[in-house]
Amino acid sequence: MRNAATGFVGAVVEAWAELRIHRTRVLLSLVGVAVAVCAITSVVGLGAVAEQAQREFSERGGGRPATLTISSFAPDTGMPAPYAETRDAYAEALDRYGVTYSSTVLYTGIRAQFPDGVRDVSLTVVDADYGTMHRVPVEQGRWFADADAARLAPALVVNEAFLVALGGVELAANPTVSLVGAQDTTAVVTGVVPDNYPEEGPTAYILLDAYERVAGPEEVALGQPSLEAWVPPEISDELSERLRTDIASALGDGVEVSVNRNDFAAFGEDPFLPIKLLVGGVAALVLLLGALGLVNISLVTVRQRIREIGVRRSFGATTGRVFFAVLMESVVATMAAGVVGVLAAVAIVKSPFVTDALGQGVVDLPPFPLDAAILGLAASLFVGALAGLLPAIVAVRVKVIDAIRY
Amino acid sequence: MSLVRLEGVTRTIPLPDAPPLTILTGVDLEVNAGDHISIVGRSGSGKSTLLNILGLLDAPTTGRILLGDTDVSTLSSAARDRARGRDIGFIFQQFNLLSGRSALENVMTPLLYASGRQFWRRSAIAAEMLDRVGLGHRLSTMPEKLSGGEQQRVAIARALVRSPRIILADEPTGALDVETGETVMGLLDEVARTAGSALVTITHDPHVAALAERHYRLDRGVLITTGAGAEVSA
Repeated sequence: MRNAATGFVGAVVEAWAELRIHRTRVLLSLVGVAVAVCAITSVVGLGAVAEQAQREFSERGGGRPATLTISSFAPDTGMPAPYAETRDAYAEALDRYGVTYSSTVLYTGIRAQFPDGVRDVSLTVVDADYGTMHRVPVEQGRWFADADAARLAPALVVNEAFLVALGGVELAANPTVSLVGAQDTTAVVTGVVPDNYPEEGPTAYILLDAYERVAGPEEVALGQPSLEAWVPPEISDELSERLRTDIASALGDGVEVSVNRNDFAAFGEDPFLPIKLLVGGVAALVLLLGALGLVNISLVTVRQRIREIGVRRSFGATTGRVFFAVLMESVVATMAAGVVGVLAAVAIVKSPFVTDALGQGVVDLPPFPLDAAILGLAASLFVGALAGLLPAIVAVRVKVIDAIRY
Repeated sequence: MSLVRLEGVTRTIPLPDAPPLTILTGVDLEVNAGDHISIVGRSGSGKSTLLNILGLLDAPTTGRILLGDTDVSTLSSAARDRARGRDIGFIFQQFNLLSGRSALENVMTPLLYASGRQFWRRSAIAAEMLDRVGLGHRLSTMPEKLSGGEQQRVAIARALVRSPRIILADEPTGALDVETGETVMGLLDEVARTAGSALVTITHDPHVAALAERHYRLDRGVLITTGAGAEVSA
């Protein structure tokens, strides 16, 4: 056991001494490995940011996994079930199963008075939970709070185009807008979200209770609002069925209830698999190129060291020891290069330039993925072992008496 | 008991399109503790092959090598390597110091393959050994900065640093001028005697051979004793 320990320490000492002595060559040969590890780690890290951006974009549309959309209608007429009853039935069912995040969703329009005249505004009627469920990115001001439902002047969260249409006023100036309805209502802009696309027109979010006061409950009923519930994905299938059954029972015969899952995760096992495969393929190619370069240099180097290996053998180095020492040289060196590569990748991925460009609009910018760092180090270890293997085999095949005279 | 004994050692090398080349024929040699043996012979007479077989670097085609009372052919490759590191020290004509490493690091090299105290105290042991050969003041000097005589002294220190029982010197003064060669041989002789190691020297130089107590000549692969303490000529 003690001999094995000294053998291991001795091999590491030899490897380190070799690296120190040939540091210039080692450094040059490791540039490729460090770059490859940096590339693979960066690609995986950037992939995580891109995936998060894609995820958040998807979640803004369909909600976070698992978001259930509940609607009810009379199959005979195709008309929605009575609004007040459905609202109560929905609330009771969600309360029964302890669903903590839910929101009414109604896509409608409203007319608003802007300085240049009255314009149609796309309006999304929601409850306060909608902001969390859909990751609404509020860039100025704030999203709705439950208390906003009681405001006499309804709160609006608008897009940038809305604010521009208001004359480019600052949110800090508490801009108001007159909503044209059965009776005109003055609303206060409390938050601003970015436009979804260039040239987008004015859009706004309003709380359901406020909208009922502005447009009247009949208008809400006509709009056929649905209800969204954010539930744990692992129980979403079972819960869907229970909610459907319970709500249908509460609403009685003649009403059909549908509960569907529309978030991105509902479509296939892993919607980001294509991105991951692409990223993984590029990373593997980069690594392969780095490994090939290192193997080439290592083979040339070991041939230059044949005499030295012969001398070591004459002083008692076993073939196993020579094999391990040559392998360790490669592994120790590439691990050092791997650490440098991973650190460089972290610096790249977390640099403001990259996060601004790739993580645009991302609310929860992910930390540098530990997976990527581990992958980078594992890749450097693998490359080191691979690049050291061939030279190590060459080294142990050296005939001592020939090597000494080499 | 002898340290190493060759019994009927023959070494032939197969050649393509020709009969095998016989390098050594029926060599018997016994090396005992404290022996100082010289082996002379013409170029190509098989001196280096004999030294390689004595040093367990090469294996005989027929015959056997006994290290102590162990037949070397029964040892595994790794066991043979370890026995070589433990019991045998080599001194080469071209010194074979490792470039890029200081004198101290060169002398420490064999200790990397030792265990226990020798491994963990390798730096102190190597420094002490260099001091014994008069190079205590040049521990961190690179081989390229040392004279030929100094390089060979480093090589002697390296060969002796694990206190081997046998030192095999292959033309140890071949790359040195006469005066330096005498100094180095004097040192080698003295250090080997002090350590109680047997010294087997292969040389062309009759003056070097004359320092030995037992003399042999290799002639066309046959080892002939030329006496003890007698005048020899290569």
